[in-house]
Amino acid sequence: MSKKLRRDNSMIRQTRMWSPLFMGPVVAAFIIGFVWPFVQGIYLSFCKFKTISKAEFIGFGNYVKAFQDASFTHAFWYTALFAVTSLVFINVLAFAVAYALTQGIKGSNLYRTVFFMPNLIGGIVLGYIWSMIFDGVLSRYGTSILLESKYGFWGLIILMCWQQIGYMMIIYIAGLQAVPEDMLEAAKIDGATKWQTLFKVTIPNVMPSITICMFLSLTNGFKLFDQNLALTAGQPYIIQPDGSTINTTEMLALNIYNTFYGSNAAARGTAQAKAVIFFILVAAIGLIQLNYTRKREVQQ
Amino acid sequence: MKKILAIILAMTMVMALVACGGNNSSDSASAPAESTDTGAAPAEESGSAASGSVYWLNFKPELDETAQKLAGMYTEKTGVPVKVVTAASGTYQQTLTAEIDKSNPPTLFVIGNSAGVKDWGEYAMDLTGTAIANELNTDAYNLYDEDGRLVSIGYCYECYGIIVNPDLIEKAGHSMDELKNFEGLKAVAEDIHARAAELGFDAFSASDMDDSSSWRFTGHMANLEYVYEEREAGAVWTECPATITGNYMDNYKNLFDLCINNSTVEPSTLATGGHDAENEFKTGKAAFFVNGSWEYAAVSGDVPNATMIPYYCGVAGEEKAGLNCGTENCWAVNADVSAEDQQATIDFMVWLVSDPEAAELMVEQLGILPYKNAPASTNGFLNDAARYTADGCYVMDWATNYQPNVDTYRAGLVAALNQYCADQSDANWDAVKTAFVDGWAAQYKAANG
Repeated sequence: MSKKLRRDNSMIRQTRMWSPLFMGPVVAAFIIGFVWPFVQGIYLSFCKFKTISKAEFIGFGNYVKAFQDASFTHAFWYTALFAVTSLVFINVLAFAVAYALTQGIKGSNLYRTVFFMPNLIGGIVLGYIWSMIFDGVLSRYGTSILLESKYGFWGLIILMCWQQIGYMMIIYIAGLQAVPEDMLEAAKIDGATKWQTLFKVTIPNVMPSITICMFLSLTNGFKLFDQNLALTAGQPYIIQPDGSTINTTEMLALNIYNTFYGSNAAARGTAQAKAVIFFILVAAIGLIQLNYTRKREVQQ
Repeated sequence: MKKILAIILAMTMVMALVACGGNNSSDSASAPAESTDTGAAPAEESGSAASGSVYWLNFKPELDETAQKLAGMYTEKTGVPVKVVTAASGTYQQTLTAEIDKSNPPTLFVIGNSAGVKDWGEYAMDLTGTAIANELNTDAYNLYDEDGRLVSIGYCYECYGIIVNPDLIEKAGHSMDELKNFEGLKAVAEDIHARAAELGFDAFSASDMDDSSSWRFTGHMANLEYVYEEREAGAVWTECPATITGNYMDNYKNLFDLCINNSTVEPSTLATGGHDAENEFKTGKAAFFVNGSWEYAAVSGDVPNATMIPYYCGVAGEEKAGLNCGTENCWAVNADVSAEDQQATIDFMVWLVSDPEAAELMVEQLGILPYKNAPASTNGFLNDAARYTADGCYVMDWATNYQPNVDTYRAGLVAALNQYCADQSDANWDAVKTAFVDGWAAQYKAANG
């Protein structure tokens, strides 16, 4: 017994020796592609800069400007509304589709593939395709998705549902297939109705999938950029009496982008500060949501 | 079954990795290097050539093909490596921001207006007294910074106005002589539009408001308002004014209304765009096309008699108006690259505007080059501009180049015009006015605050 343990230990030690070789490339890529730009980004949010090599430290000025910017506040609330709405729609529909496709319908594999496919198309392309579809319909009524905020909002919801439902569906299918047969059988024998089985047995058992899907759709909703840019680019605007604009369908990421490139180069620090605030926000909301739904998971 | 699945999955993974690798290598090759012309055998040929190299960041997609060709010709001739990168349409600022910070930044780039000078002037060397500055035949298109340094010099100039197909005007029973002021233009356009079904063509081609076309109205046509403000004040702007009066908004409205309401398409469909205005004009479906001299090469093949008239908009004395002439095509040389690279870049610029073969290609693509040794232009629209000037008409300068925070300012204007096109109410026009006049002040504050 102790001999075996020792041999195991030495094997573990030997494997450990090699770990830098296997971990190295990933860690290096992570540092180059994420950690370093992230640290630099935080530093730049305290600077005045045009190009990153000529940055001048100015302290918290950028953050003050970011919080004073009315368009940023508008973009935040709009994004929050969008994220919550899309979270509900995507998850309810994805779960319904997954549930239907685990009932042993003929050709369910084909359906799964087809439902998943929209997820393989890039966001910019989707945005332009859907803007054509929406305008094709709306132009019959003499209007356009660029003319009414509510069209822009629901258009984006439809687009995101179309793109994301398939992806979430796959996760839910995996969860549904892992629900123990004997539990379902026991429920049946005890005389539970279909609805009771769904809510009392199935859903509690797929809580891990629900957690991950909600996390993904919530953070996706907050981080949305390509689709927003391609579908409406923030239009329509409300022209304020002082000549400034409120871009009614502009979400946070697009607001940051527009601040960075749309205004003069002096505003880049402000955009960077917004980006840091944005990160903290998305991370915090994501973690709170994870924590909340985790508590509802059952241990099997 | 499981085994097969495992094998398929493993293969997919390998494929994905290979694909990624493949992508990466081709990406890195295609980003800047695709357009690189490093010269196959510089060593032998370049015995006399300078040791520098040239990297030209071009902002005009139409020029890309010619620029690549010229780069190849120059390298072949002198052995100096010339790399040309063209920023995709509308992304010049983004590309410049990224490229200028690299270890091999562009040596030659574009600073096209006063806002550009403010943002990028410090990256440009003073061109006063350089060989290329001495080649110029006019100072009119040069840009100076606050300290009087010559940061960028015009390499061509352009004009814009309303392109007309005289054959269609005559076919409709009118004559070009009627197009001498707004009343004449309005009468002809409205008549053609009213009889469009019978004539088989309409007055104006589509005035789309999408990104590929809206600049014709928010950038160019807006210029008439600024120019008449300048004329009212009695002096041209030399820097961006903090506010504008909007006194000539009604004239802008006159012409804009005429364009959208006497057109091949319904005004309510303009927001999304997707019509092909150039094609409508080329194929004889429309008699008028709001655009500029760079379109000459594209339309003169199909409409050889195409000519350009000024923005007639109902201002008193506009019979004496000329075309809108100016440029955003101004070269700056990077101040932060080595002296050899700067010298090589200036040599290349001089070659572009003075070598008979190279300058010929440049003129063909760009119109008039304001340089002593450049060949004359073959561009009909620019010749129209010269004719108006010769007839004693006033040139409408490009005051539009002063638009503060230009992209944001124009985006606001597009949004307001979209609402107006869908419903031409007074309230919606008031919003256009606000975006036009107060938007200017707001963006000026944002840019300078």
